[in-house]
Amino acid sequence: MADVNITVDGKKVTAPAGTLLIEACKSVGIEVPSFCYYPNLSLQGACRMCLVKVEKMPKLQTACTTVISEGMIAITNNDEVRQARKSMVELLLGNHPLDCPVCDAGGECELQDMTFSYGAAESKFMEAKNHKDEQQWSPVVYFDRPRCILCYRCVRVCGEAMDVWALGVQNRGVVSVIAPNKEDHLECEECGMCIDICPVGALTSGAYRYKTRPWEMNHVGTICTHCGDGCKTTLGVRRSDSGMQIVRGDNRDKSGINGDFLCIKGRYAFDFADDPQRVTTPLIRRDGQLAPSTWEEAFELIGKRFAEIRDKEGGRAIGVVGSNRTTNEENYLLSKFARVVLKTNSIDHRRTADFPAFAAAMVGKPHAAATMRDVFNAPAILVIGNNPTEQHPLLAWQIRNNVRLHRARLYVINSRPIKLRRQATSFTEIPQGTEGQAAAFLGGDDSAAEALGSGSREMWVGLRDKLRGEGKLIIIFDSAIRGKDISALVKFGSAVSGAKFVCLGDYSNSRGAADMGLYPDFLPGYRPIADASTFKDEWGDMPTAPGLNVSQMAEAAAAGTLKGFYVVGSNPVGGLGLDPFAFSNTFVVVQDMFLTETAQMADVVLPSANAYEKAGTFTNTCGDIQLVKKAGEVSDVKSDFEMIVRIADATGFEVRKLVPFGGRGTSADMGQSRGAQSGEADRHVVWLEAHGLEPKMSPFDPMAILDEIQRLVPGYDVSRMNLLAGNDQHTTTVGTGQGGVQDAKLIAPANDNLFTSGTLGRYSRALNSVIENRNPEPAEEVAAD
Amino acid sequence: MRFSDEFEGRFSEMLSHYPTKRSVLVPTLLYAQDEVGYLSDEVIAELATRLDLTELEVRNVISYYSMLTTKARGKYNVQVCTNISCMLRGAEEIFEHCKKRLGVGPHGTTPDNLFSLEEVECIGACSWAPAVQVNYDFHENLTVDKMDQLFDECKKEGTQLRNL
Repeated sequence: MADVNITVDGKKVTAPAGTLLIEACKSVGIEVPSFCYYPNLSLQGACRMCLVKVEKMPKLQTACTTVISEGMIAITNNDEVRQARKSMVELLLGNHPLDCPVCDAGGECELQDMTFSYGAAESKFMEAKNHKDEQQWSPVVYFDRPRCILCYRCVRVCGEAMDVWALGVQNRGVVSVIAPNKEDHLECEECGMCIDICPVGALTSGAYRYKTRPWEMNHVGTICTHCGDGCKTTLGVRRSDSGMQIVRGDNRDKSGINGDFLCIKGRYAFDFADDPQRVTTPLIRRDGQLAPSTWEEAFELIGKRFAEIRDKEGGRAIGVVGSNRTTNEENYLLSKFARVVLKTNSIDHRRTADFPAFAAAMVGKPHAAATMRDVFNAPAILVIGNNPTEQHPLLAWQIRNNVRLHRARLYVINSRPIKLRRQATSFTEIPQGTEGQAAAFLGGDDSAAEALGSGSREMWVGLRDKLRGEGKLIIIFDSAIRGKDISALVKFGSAVSGAKFVCLGDYSNSRGAADMGLYPDFLPGYRPIADASTFKDEWGDMPTAPGLNVSQMAEAAAAGTLKGFYVVGSNPVGGLGLDPFAFSNTFVVVQDMFLTETAQMADVVLPSANAYEKAGTFTNTCGDIQLVKKAGEVSDVKSDFEMIVRIADATGFEVRKLVPFGGRGTSADMGQSRGAQSGEADRHVVWLEAHGLEPKMSPFDPMAILDEIQRLVPGYDVSRMNLLAGNDQHTTTVGTGQGGVQDAKLIAPANDNLFTSGTLGRYSRALNSVIENRNPEPAEEVAAD
Repeated sequence: MRFSDEFEGRFSEMLSHYPTKRSVLVPTLLYAQDEVGYLSDEVIAELATRLDLTELEVRNVISYYSMLTTKARGKYNVQVCTNISCMLRGAEEIFEHCKKRLGVGPHGTTPDNLFSLEEVECIGACSWAPAVQVNYDFHENLTVDKMDQLFDECKKEGTQLRNL
């Protein structure tokens, strides 16, 4: 649009026509205060805080609803404007309790800041303030009515941005009140967006209320450990008896790919870390019982046994299962450890998408993978299968708001009437389990249309033609589409100009686990075992035949040929249904936070740190790589990284060959040894250690492995500086063209909904309280007799 | 739920008046209230479904307008204006009398469900103040005696109708 020139406080401002005055002011650093205005939400004009003087207009104007026009002259800071703001604050404080000393928002309250700025501390009101008791609207949302200043931000974010519409305004004038959808409680997605967006302390969080003050916490922006979308969550931590306790999660750091968004898991489900059932000491099975031991004893035992098995029976007698929630560095290290130290290619993880087939289909199209940010800006999106609202909340948010704000066209093909159909230009229902046929049909196999149910052939052909005509289409699919169906879909997309793809995996680092080669037949970067050249040069000797996958490992254990089983942060017994008794003659080592079904059958259990307690990187389902920072700390647990290295050491392996720390290529200036700056190095190291980021002088430094990943894994050579600065970087998807051989049966999607999250969800009070609240009566058991 | 054919006729005609469905909400609520007597949970749920709104949105609108109610009223809703003109000509005396005669306060309903009482702002009958609106009928230049007559008539009519 054409640019418009205006003058604000004597400054010349040029902005596109249609810009709001408040935004134009912001663009030149002039802050116009406001409560009800919020970017990307509809305009309200309710709070009257943004009143400014506009020349030739008789009265003060609300900058948040005034569109700039050529030659406009605005004054934002004269006596009249200041007096108006002061009066507004005074009116808002008319009923607002002055309970700032106990209010959760105290210290980060917008009304507090405005009162401080405009000084309406003295009130002319003589009347007593109206008081209403606080109400609990859901396990996680509380409402304190007198604190509410009726800016309606919560109502709009819940309705417009979340498409939940659980909040409304009842009555009018001074008796207006924010109301939940079920009279005295909320029935919603429990995302907590209303709490985050509340400028005062009217809506507060069940997890955080009355626990601490904002300035008493450290705030660490890290990546959520739940689904595969990779939201940045800011964890507020404070000291506790056992280290650092996470007391709240929010998104005050809006630099992440999620912007304003967080779902219930990113905001509340950090509490599994404090669960009393957490294992905090190594356990060794003695006389059939798991009993506490020391770390030294545990590592020595594991090292000795693994070395024995490897030397006597060969590496093939050991199986390794990695995790979807450990960092890229840990996954890469585990992949290397299995091959180089244990001499086995029998390594696998819970596969939640056919990433190898995706990588293979993307050969020659390194830039055709969409980023999570792309999903917010694409002019057209096709979603086949999946229910993003439940399984990929950020993806759903990006799609929904892209449609709302940019009028993107959304095409949904699904076997269920998923919620996103409400934003869809076209919704096509297909029979359950025919997502693959839909992909094949789009890819040109006309005969596949037979399976697609009631829709006529013409309708399907019409849809395909329409999609072909969409430029810059983003095609999103999940594990329902595998193997050759993925190549068909990618082939279809290649005919659309500028099309991009998203392959949805379920857990926070499912994509990273796949990229880092937790496969029996692939090395990192989907390089086939047979073609190990670069890795062989770097890693040294490793077995050349493909290893066993998880189910083959269980079979081998039952047959007595699998003697060692090493499980890192995974629960194949509970999650994949492996028979625990198959492993009764196998030496089983499990690294986990809890005594999962798998840990219960272990010979040694090592207590591990979760993703909020260590540093490293995660790759989200779109391939965006982000820095994970250490926030919480629980004494007596160790990161999986450290444990893998310690076990390697205990087998007698030279650790430097596993983690390239210190030595050539990594030297650090350790500062002065005397004088004013002496001890600098110490301080530096203390800080780095606190963040799990030693200067690559320690074998436990994940950054040393990140060096190797960036060097050896295709597509991971992103800007290190941007990564460390906390920005998302997009990896390019580079395969070798040999991914189509995966056994599709091995893919086991998580099927989590908004309130479940695998093992972590089981131990999260916040998530469980919502589930219990929904189903207060346990389902009646059907009597067997 | 079922409304009368008259209601349905009006409803479908109104839908054609506006570019969006939700725009017919306010008049529809008024017609529904006239028919059912008040806006019951059932009415709210029905209209929300018909207009693609949440029940909460319908309730928000109802709570905004004082002439819409979610509680059952008496057969005769007595709305006494106490705004300036009426007040100057004795409306407060009339309102006090109504309270005493009916034995209920503002927004109260008599036990026989015949009368409800409301104190309202200006009803636009200043030239004939003090004025009272009973359902949709205006009664003007009132005194306490005239008010009593009105109550008697209503009571008679209401009882007769009930005994039919």
